[in-house]
Amino acid sequence: MKKIINDPKTVVAESLRGLAAAHADVLRVEDDPAIVVRVDAPVAGKVAVISGGGSGHEPLHGGFVGQGMLAAAVPGAVFTSPTPDAVEAAVKATTGDAGALLIVKNYTGDVLNFETAGELAAAEGLDVRSVVIDDDVAVKDSTYTAGRRGVGGTVLLEKITGAAAERGDTLDAVEALARKVIGQVRSIGVALTAPTVPHAGEPSFDLADDEIEFGIGIHGEPGIERTAVTTADELVARMVEAVVTDLPFAEGDKVLLFTNSMGGTPLVELYLAHGIAERLLAERGIVVERRLVGPYITSLEMQGMSLTLLKLDDELTELWDAPVNTPALRWGV
Amino acid sequence: MACTAETLAAALRAAAAVIAEHRAELVDLDRAIGDADHGENMDRGFTAIVSALDSATPETPAAVAKLAATTLISKVGGAAGPLYGTAFLRASVKLGDAAEVDGPLLVEALRAALEGVQARGKAVGGDATMVDALIPAVSAAEEAVGDGVAAILAAAADAADKGAESTVDLVPRKGRASYLGERAKGHMDPGARSTALLLRAFAEAAK
Repeated sequence: MKKIINDPKTVVAESLRGLAAAHADVLRVEDDPAIVVRVDAPVAGKVAVISGGGSGHEPLHGGFVGQGMLAAAVPGAVFTSPTPDAVEAAVKATTGDAGALLIVKNYTGDVLNFETAGELAAAEGLDVRSVVIDDDVAVKDSTYTAGRRGVGGTVLLEKITGAAAERGDTLDAVEALARKVIGQVRSIGVALTAPTVPHAGEPSFDLADDEIEFGIGIHGEPGIERTAVTTADELVARMVEAVVTDLPFAEGDKVLLFTNSMGGTPLVELYLAHGIAERLLAERGIVVERRLVGPYITSLEMQGMSLTLLKLDDELTELWDAPVNTPALRWGV
Repeated sequence: MACTAETLAAALRAAAAVIAEHRAELVDLDRAIGDADHGENMDRGFTAIVSALDSATPETPAAVAKLAATTLISKVGGAAGPLYGTAFLRASVKLGDAAEVDGPLLVEALRAALEGVQARGKAVGGDATMVDALIPAVSAAEEAVGDGVAAILAAAADAADKGAESTVDLVPRKGRASYLGERAKGHMDPGARSTALLLRAFAEAAK
């Protein structure tokens, strides 16, 4: 394992110190428990949108703290959900009378810890709701699994609910909007290599040079299927097929297409794949109205990518376009 | 022999040493079917329990168990933090204000721990989780209820070992491993393994 680190135990804390130094105009970092908070929090009269989860997915979630997006992010240890007291600390640092919405990705640990934190906050009289995002079409949502994972759609959900909170929507409205977005966003991911978790010291799974994992999550867990390496055309076609047929997205639908690098795939390949996806969607009569391309929800240095489609309407498009000022997303300000 | 606050604290210190010793093994088990954090998280949690015991002297077994519970919940994260934290918390409630824990009370506490884990995690036997070690452990403890604390824990640890082994052939239905479906067969569940390790550590400490 070669990494630019000092000690696996201090990776997250040292990284947060750098995040705070680089973006002191937008956010601040508090220690023990570690939380990332909007510099002007709590913002009076506005719902606090809070998210979090294991570290190692940067810029998710700390990179999305700021005006028009998250009020706070709660980073756990690498690939490990944060503890309830850390989530509660983030709620207390950012939540006023307007209440808070917790955005939780559907992983057992995240759900358990955020659920507990929500109960703690409610016991203190704070109005806190939570939504669970589960956009990964690779996982069959059955009673025999923990349900679909939350993946790329999380970024879009955080942007859109953050914009609604910024314009002053009530907690009821922000929560309803979140459920609407979760209902119409779908993703699929692939891995070409495994990531190496610092404290594990070796790759999270073994993958031969001529193999890819199809249908991965964001934690270096293997995918639903191991297949042979193929051309970008074939791979992206398979990904588009998996996403489009799930909702399903239909001819004439307006969508946001999010092409995401899992951390180790360079932009040259990502744009190549994005171009193919745009062409394939056009062939199906699906209208790509907005795009996001880049590494936004990653899995350490894993090579791979994910595709996310969100069905748009005028309200969602307006909220997507609304000003945002965070380390990783910034426009209109 | 009955269990006091001192002996339970000593058992937790022994458990911390065992978890530290098996940290890499638990990481490897989790690497195969999950995200490779279980050994690290358990080690972080039990190291924190030892620190907490160094700076406080809880006076009853229940208070020791509660200290372990709150430490695990606030230091571990992931699924293991809330699940093990809940187990110790429910056991603590069951222990009440007893100064010493005898066999029957120990068995009740183990049963409460199992029920707490199942209430939080919604797992049943056969899902390939820590519950597959805990269910047979609690059954074995109940059968040995008249034999004293040390024998109860030894029986529970033996049954937990077998239960952990049984997860190798199961298709996981809870937690991150469930996403792999059939592909996760052939691997022991890391949570079942850590449960077996903890019960073995407690059994050794009670000898």
